[in-house]
Formats: sequence, C-alpha cells, structure tokens
Amino acid sequence: MTLGTETLVDLWARMVRIRHFEDRVAIVAENREAAGFLHTYSGQEAVACGVIPLLREDDWFTSTYRNHGHAIARNISLDGIAAEVYGKATGVCRGKGGSMHVADQDEGMIGGMGIVAGGLPIAAGAAFAYRYLDRDSVSVGFFGDGAVHQGAWHEALDFAALFDCPVIFVCENNLYAETTNIDYHLNAESITAMAAPYGIPAVQVDGMDVFAVRDAMEDAIDRGRSGGGPSLIEAMTYRFGGQYEGDEQGYKPPKEAAWWREQDPLLRFRQTVDGLLDPEVLDAVEADVVAEVAAAFDAALAAPWPDVSELMTDVYTPTA
Amino acid sequence: MTRMLNIKDALNEALRQEMEVDDRVLLMGEDIAGGAGRDDVHPEAADCWGGVFGVTKGLLGQFGRTRVVDTAIAETGFVGAAIGASLVGLRPVVEIMFVDFIGTSYDQILNHAAKLRYLYGGKVSVPIVIRTVTGAGFRAGAEHSQTLYSLYTHIPGVKVVAPSTAADAKGLLLSAIRDPDPVIFMEHKRLYLFEDDVPEEPYTIPFGVARVAREGGDVTIVGVQKMVHTALEAAETLSERGIEAEVIDPRTYSPLDEDTIIGSVEKTGRLVIVDESHPRCSLATDISAIVADKAFGALRSPIRMVTAPHTPVPFSPPLEDAYIPSPEKIVDAVTSQYDMATA
Repeated sequence: MTLGTETLVDLWARMVRIRHFEDRVAIVAENREAAGFLHTYSGQEAVACGVIPLLREDDWFTSTYRNHGHAIARNISLDGIAAEVYGKATGVCRGKGGSMHVADQDEGMIGGMGIVAGGLPIAAGAAFAYRYLDRDSVSVGFFGDGAVHQGAWHEALDFAALFDCPVIFVCENNLYAETTNIDYHLNAESITAMAAPYGIPAVQVDGMDVFAVRDAMEDAIDRGRSGGGPSLIEAMTYRFGGQYEGDEQGYKPPKEAAWWREQDPLLRFRQTVDGLLDPEVLDAVEADVVAEVAAAFDAALAAPWPDVSELMTDVYTPTA
Repeated sequence: MTRMLNIKDALNEALRQEMEVDDRVLLMGEDIAGGAGRDDVHPEAADCWGGVFGVTKGLLGQFGRTRVVDTAIAETGFVGAAIGASLVGLRPVVEIMFVDFIGTSYDQILNHAAKLRYLYGGKVSVPIVIRTVTGAGFRAGAEHSQTLYSLYTHIPGVKVVAPSTAADAKGLLLSAIRDPDPVIFMEHKRLYLFEDDVPEEPYTIPFGVARVAREGGDVTIVGVQKMVHTALEAAETLSERGIEAEVIDPRTYSPLDEDTIIGSVEKTGRLVIVDESHPRCSLATDISAIVADKAFGALRSPIRMVTAPHTPVPFSPPLEDAYIPSPEKIVDAVTSQYDMATA
C-alpha cells in the first residue's frame, strides 16, 4: 500500500458518507417523505471513490440518474444534495432537478442525466474542449452496463477516439440494466471488449475494490493528460438496492445478492487496510459521517420550498 | 358485460385479447416482462415488473418470451426493428418506457415509420404501435414527465392517440393494433389507476371521433388526455356559477375530430382548450387555430388556452403543482371570457 494514512482516511470518509446518505434516502423513500424515482448508489461506492478523488478541480464529469454517490465522492455539500432530493430551495439545483439530476458545475460535476448514455457524448465534448483549449484536463463519463446499447454510447466512443479526446468512460457494471441481467442483454464478451473496435484502451477491474479502480484510473488519467486520448474502465460491481427505491428486485437470485453483499466495498476496504489503519479511527470517521448525514437531512427537511416564481426562471440565460 | 377496470388493466386486457386471436401481434420493450437473463436460474425473476408501470404484467406467462420480448435499452434498435418486422407481416407493439426516451428513437419514427408508405408510392404500410407514457405529476423530473403530443401530431403519416378513460384505452388500443399505419399510443402515468366501466369483450373505437365527456350549452372546453378530468372538475365549479360547460375529449389528435369541436363551439360560442403541454406549437394552439379559421363567426369571445408554461417540468413539488393546469385556472379562463364579453 503506497497510499498515506490521510488519503486512506479520506477515501473511507467518502465511501461511508455515500453509504449512510443512501441508507437515509432509502428511509426517506419508504416513509414517502420525498416522491419520485430515487436511485441509490449503495454497493457501488468503490467506483465513485476510486475515480473521483483522483480528478483535479478542472476535470469535469457527467453522471447518471444514479448520481448521489458521484456527487458525494466529489465532496459536494451533503446539505445541497439532501435538499435536492426533497426539491427544496437550498438544493444544489434549487429543487428544479431532483434526485435524478444532481449537479454542481462549480465543483466540476456537469450533472446527473436521466437518459441512459445521455451524458457520454457530453463528457466527450468536455474533453474535446480541453484539447481545443490546450489544457491537460481530463473528463469522465459514468455509465451503467445497460448504456452500451444506446447509439449515444457508440457515437460518444467514436467521437472521442476520432479526436483523441481525453475522456475516461467509466462503466459501473452492476450486472443489471434495470431488471435485465447482463447475461441476457450483452452479446459481446464484455463491455471492455466493446471498446476495442474503437481503438480505445480498456480494462476490466474489480469494482468492489476501491484500490483496483484507483489504479486503473491513474493509468487512464496519465493517458489522457499526456495526449493519449480516451480510455474505458469497466468496474464490476453490484447495486445493493433496486433500480429505484420501492423496486422489489424479484429479478435477483438471493444467493447472488448474498455473494455480492460479501464483497461490500466498505468491508473490502477494511480488509485491505487491516493493520495499516487503526479501526477506531475508521469508526470515529464513520460516527462523524452519521451525524453529518443526519444534520444534512434535518436541514433539508427544515429548508423552504422554492418560491413558485422559480417555475419561470432559468429557462433562458439572461442577456443584457 | 361491463365492469369497473382501471386504465392499466384495460390496456393489459386489450393486448391479451388481441394476442390471443392474432399471432402476428408481439410486444417489445425494456423490462416489459422483466428478469430476463436470470429467470433460468431464478424462476421468480420472470415477469417481475411487467413494464415499469406494470401494464404488460402477466402476458409473459401466457405468451412466453417469443412474443413478450424484453429488449436491451436500445430504442432506435427496437423501434426500427418493429418497422422492419411490420413490413414483412408482423404487428409489433413496442413500449417506450417514458415518452421522454423517444428522443433516442425519433429518427426511426420521423423519417422512416411516418414516411415509408408515402415515399415508396403507397406500396407498403407500417402497422406498428408505439405505446408510451406521458405526463407530469409523478415527481419524476424534467426528463420523465413531458407530454410531447405535438411532436407526433405534427408529422404526417403517424397517428396519435391519447385516451383519458379505461373504456377508451381498451377500444382505442385494439384499433391501434389493427390499424395499418404507425400509431403513437400515449398513456398518462397519472391516469393508470383511473377506473370506469369497461366491456369485457374486445371492441374497437374509431380514430377521429371525439367523445363528449359532459354536455353543456355555454362554453366548450376541449381537454387533452388527463386535462379532460381537470376540465370536468372545472365544469362542476362553473355549473355552480350558472355556466354549463361542454367538455370534449378528442381522444385522437391525428386524425382530429374537428367537426365535433366546431359543432360544439357553434352551439356555445366560447372555446377553452386545456393542454398539459408547453404553450407554443401545442395541441392547444393547433385546435385554437382550426376553430379560429373555420368557425370564427361562431365565437362570442376570444379563445382561451390553459396550458403548462414554457418551461421544462420542475421536480420540486410546489413548482410541479404550479406547472400543471388546474381547475381554478380553467374557471378563471372561462370567467375571463364572460368578463371580456361584457366589458
């Protein structure tokens, strides 16, 4: 392990922050405190936390409707994310986007996209602009395994390869496109293999191991910053929740779900750092996170709704 | 024999009845059964969803995966494939999970399904149905809540159907499947549980025939899909004030029953159109223009349109509630017509 204590503790904090936030979202959904479709990220923490902490402030990324984990891994304010889940005025999108569209461009998060694969051409475009502007920034486009069937997925890879865009396509392969298992929906050998025809270097990694994801991400970033163009990372993971909260997940064989629970990225992290970090330090971090999450949701519940006049604002950019 | 049935179950029944008598009919879409790829090792996985709103639930058990086809998330692929399959004799009914997702398959609809018959000189037809889900009020945000009626109504060659009752949903879906041309069949997510009397036997309802949902002699209110119900609520309030509204549900927007709307306006002299869509280039502006063009002389006051604003659908509950046309706004629109007439 070459990472210092500070980095390890920071990774842990981001991972447990996601888990506890999403545990609370599940309760919010169950109690019908917030309406609509809430897609939780639990189980996939090692992907967001393997990728995002390596980005610089000027490296932007696109996300999906399963975006809370990406926002939290970027250290975007929990208060702002929680408030967005409710649609409150203090939300990161002032309540207009909701859970599926969490974003904060001031923090480099272009945003959660509700359309499968919709963010990938946009991530490629950000990378295109970095080249155009002669910057050594990289962009990231997150997507799920279901996205590879979309025209936008193929066109984004094609565009990025054609113009050597420094974009890193990060697949969170959680084995299910909604209810449909990858054994059924994917005809290719793997998603990694699908990058080859585009000439994009790709690697499949254990997406429950934050360090494995991080290693792959370091290579991809090096490639992007040094003019080597796009990369693809396929992180093998599992969503512990449903497609959305309330989905009864009848499509998951119990043995399969139980096996993946044993691969819990938080558990795996603790196993890897065993002997390197004092478990009490990790416990203390987690206790702080629990309080932080509770405070964020308390604040969100107490926050005001947007004024109805907000309905009409932000459609167009004001011009002088 | 009729019995109370909700729109979701009425649609399911229409699909089942037509699949029982016509082997050419098959269903395609994302998770329309669910659990594909795991039902071999975990039988409970099969049909776990029946579509995200459960409309197609139970059909897998009767017809199997050959005729209830779960696709990948690839709308261009399966909408285009439905067109191709229809050309060689099948009658595909595809589901686009939310109308918002139709953007990814729009080319197949706009440039292919709609045009093949015309541009190939009338030799072929494209008998497909695209079922899709419209509407706000579900707290589903800007990319899962649109209506987009006019995006299809604008295109020659496709037919557009948007029922507001269970009886209409069943009869119009059977007509859509039997229709020789592409039909966009729009189901409002907030109406799936709306119940009314539905005949058990199969029946069809012709396209281009409006339904008069309420008779009245003072003002004509045309409601688009869910707005029919909002208009009926407004009509009760208006009735208490001595104004009897006639509420018309066009049911199909392409073709549109202009005669029933114009006939009603000739009787009442007033027209209000209620449309959950954005105000510009909408069904509201379209119907307004048709009436202004063809029945101007019958109008005793300006036509009023009650629509959503020219904004995306906001997530935040109070904003979304303000977005959707309300009975109060309809009452205000009608009242303003009387105020204008006396001013």
